[in-house]
Amino acid sequence: MSTFLELRGIRKTFGSFTALENVDLDVDRGEFVCFLGPSGCGKTTLLRIIAGLEAQTAGRITQGGRDVSLLPPAQRDYGIVFQSYALFPNLTVADNVAYGLVNRKVPRAQARARVSELLKLVGLPGSEDKYPAQLSGGQQQRIAIARALATSPGLLLLDEPLSALDAIVRVHLRGEIRSLQRKLGVTTIMVTHDQEEALSVADRIVVMNHGRIEQVGSPMQVYREPASPFVADFVGRINVVPAIAEAANRVRIGPTSFACTHDAAPGAAVKVYLRPEDVLARPIAPGDDNVFDATIDKVEFLGSYCLVRVSSPALGEHKLTVYLSLNFLAEHALEVGGQLPLRLLPERMRLFV
Amino acid sequence: MNSTAVAAAGTGHMKLRATAGDHVAAIAIALVALLLVAFLALPLLAIGLQALQDNQGRFVWLRNFVAYAQTPALLESLWNSLWVSALVTLLAVPTAFAFAYALTRSRMRFKSLFRGITLIPLLAPSLLSAISLIYWFGNQGLLKSSLTALGIEQIYGAPGIVIAEWFAVFPHALMILVTALTAADGRLYEAADALGTSRLRRFWTITLPGAKYGLISASLVVFTLVITDFGIPKVIGGNFNVLATDVFKLVIGQQDFQRGAVVALLLLAPAVLTFAVDHFVARKQTAMLSARAVPYRPRRSTLRDRLLTAYCVVIAALMLAMLGMAVFASFASFWPYNLTPSLRHYTMGLFDAEVGEGFLNSLRMAAGTAFFGTALVFVGAYLLEKTRVPGPLGSAVRLLALLPMAVPGLVLGLGYIFFFNEPSNPLHGLYHTMTLLTLCSIVHFYTTGHLTAVTALKSLDAEFEAVSASLKVPFYKTFWRVTLPICTQALVDIARYFFVNAMTTISAVVFLYSPETKVASIAILNLDEAGETGAAAACAILIFAASAVATLLFWLLSMFIAKRTQAWKA
Repeated sequence: MSTFLELRGIRKTFGSFTALENVDLDVDRGEFVCFLGPSGCGKTTLLRIIAGLEAQTAGRITQGGRDVSLLPPAQRDYGIVFQSYALFPNLTVADNVAYGLVNRKVPRAQARARVSELLKLVGLPGSEDKYPAQLSGGQQQRIAIARALATSPGLLLLDEPLSALDAIVRVHLRGEIRSLQRKLGVTTIMVTHDQEEALSVADRIVVMNHGRIEQVGSPMQVYREPASPFVADFVGRINVVPAIAEAANRVRIGPTSFACTHDAAPGAAVKVYLRPEDVLARPIAPGDDNVFDATIDKVEFLGSYCLVRVSSPALGEHKLTVYLSLNFLAEHALEVGGQLPLRLLPERMRLFV
Repeated sequence: MNSTAVAAAGTGHMKLRATAGDHVAAIAIALVALLLVAFLALPLLAIGLQALQDNQGRFVWLRNFVAYAQTPALLESLWNSLWVSALVTLLAVPTAFAFAYALTRSRMRFKSLFRGITLIPLLAPSLLSAISLIYWFGNQGLLKSSLTALGIEQIYGAPGIVIAEWFAVFPHALMILVTALTAADGRLYEAADALGTSRLRRFWTITLPGAKYGLISASLVVFTLVITDFGIPKVIGGNFNVLATDVFKLVIGQQDFQRGAVVALLLLAPAVLTFAVDHFVARKQTAMLSARAVPYRPRRSTLRDRLLTAYCVVIAALMLAMLGMAVFASFASFWPYNLTPSLRHYTMGLFDAEVGEGFLNSLRMAAGTAFFGTALVFVGAYLLEKTRVPGPLGSAVRLLALLPMAVPGLVLGLGYIFFFNEPSNPLHGLYHTMTLLTLCSIVHFYTTGHLTAVTALKSLDAEFEAVSASLKVPFYKTFWRVTLPICTQALVDIARYFFVNAMTTISAVVFLYSPETKVASIAILNLDEAGETGAAAACAILIFAASAVATLLFWLLSMFIAKRTQAWKA
């Protein structure tokens, strides 16, 4: 795959506030990239700079081999979809979708055919003559996507496109956006603050915080191998336990020394990051390392599984959160106060200073 | 989205290349700015300069102000203006509050009828009520004897001014107070009821504090309207001098521009204060009502509704009596001796005194103000709201657009004389022309139109322009195809406001007309001064009728638009 979009040293300041600090990023042709981060992290600003809706303070943008750094929006090549849909309420669905075509002097019949083709693509065939207000939020957002795709842009920008929708519609539509993107192969950047959304649709996730890129990686990399405490914390749920690094790939939590791959200096105060699902209740074989007996302090029922808070003399004052399936709890007749052996997966423990 | 603006947001930053559209927007906003500078800022500056110069054009700093303070007659006018305005405020605000309370917090019937009747004073020049009062209580008035029975010697002077102004400002106070009382959170009342609060305590602890800002704002607006009004004291003031009539006498009568400018600055002070306080208060008011507030619904209370209905009937009857007397008198053959109806005053006024010409001039000016004013205001607001014009230029236009609210018509008119009457001014040729009268009216009523347009534009999706740019559609096409059609209702409202106000205004244009460009509202003043009160009444009624017909037409237009746009407004 070849690089389609290249950001080099993008900086953006608003007065004394720095919104973006030296952002470098390459996006491949046909890739689906998500900008993920908390509000105010600069992800929307970065998208708007790519769109030419804001001017960067410094830095260079190359799209499809063309330097677009100084080009106004109309001279760049992209389609954009906003959280608010931004459909023109006084125009019919057909006129909305054809809005960009008309200006390019596409013949009427051809434009009409293109509109019906796009409406079929987004799953709303035959809605040409309706007005946006007659459609549901999810349907309106599909029309907005059709409008953005009408002129076959090389880049599709999605600014929190699902945030205004109901939970169920959101999950459904994100799947459709993903398959649509696959079908058309259009390079896509989506801004979102919803980590689940990013994990489920993106080829690569760009995790941002305080105007910087914290990590760029596949959803699996970002989840399994977070590059920083921020990423570990922001994406998914994670246990954070203070510990002391020891020699020979071991780490001391409370009174106990655990096996763990790391390159921290012996004696250094560190924090161990470990996801709840990487604290195993089974299978545990005799002779496994990192096994200790834990007591259940609290059980939070979440449907098919439970979030269980455990403590153990082996951990000193520290506590851990683990996922246990409902069936497992029932099988072993476990409730608050019950005891069970647990194992910390050594290869999943990540140490940050 | 406009990228010149984007780039200008931070100086020393990279700038996106400007497109043709950016240049169009920049030039357009520069034109709006230029108009507002030439027809608002510079005339006001001219007043300031006049006040600081002697009649030879030498700078004398504050000597004119000192001279003013040493003129007992002028100081008396200042005192008169102050106490009359304060008294009208004390009368009008509570009475309007009770009326607004009836409209918003009762289950009284015929609310829209009552509301409609109180709008009457807005459709006629303010001095209509003064003329009516003369017919009711003047020297040959119908109820002259009851006035003397009350211990008031004659209606001319302070009593006439106070009563006439009360009528003129009532609808203004009412509109503000209705808005304030409508913004009530029903949950507060439910909570009070749940706690077993008495009605009186509920009124003092919830209703009144809730309307606090409305009361402050209404008081300031009423005070300013009265102190800057010119027509009423001119017609019914007699020998009772106030600041507004002083300005006229000093400038037109004695050609004493310097002292006229000093008085104008005195009139500007309360208006600027009102504007500043109102601005502050408006912010508080919006913050008071959270998005989750539940609208208040008055409960059934027969006694309350009956009492309030009776009160509203009295007020409405007084309003109708004011209008009715003017109508009646305008048709009376020879007041008070021969009351048989005739069209004598209309024919006499329209043809002999050339009011017909003035009436046509008024219509022309009102139509021009409505058309060009609406276009200017809307385009200006659009450029400010939707194209992110270069920072400093945008801020300047924003400020200039709000400024007219703080400038009384009399002051604006005076500024126009000083500025456009100056032979060395390249725009001197506009003096006395219809163009200048129209421009003056547009500027005079600019702010309300501007705020209406801004509100309408702010309610549109902020990303229309960004989407258009991404689709490579220039902003003016989207303006034409999307923004304008969505905002037609606001456009009609702005046009109606401009039309009616241009029809009824006196204060600004009184300094600017020539015999050829005399408008109907000025003709009323002249007829009244010539003792032709009947013809003056006829002329005021004509203006009222024109405004009423126009209002009706604008209303039909908005009905038509509502029907046309129904399809997409789900």
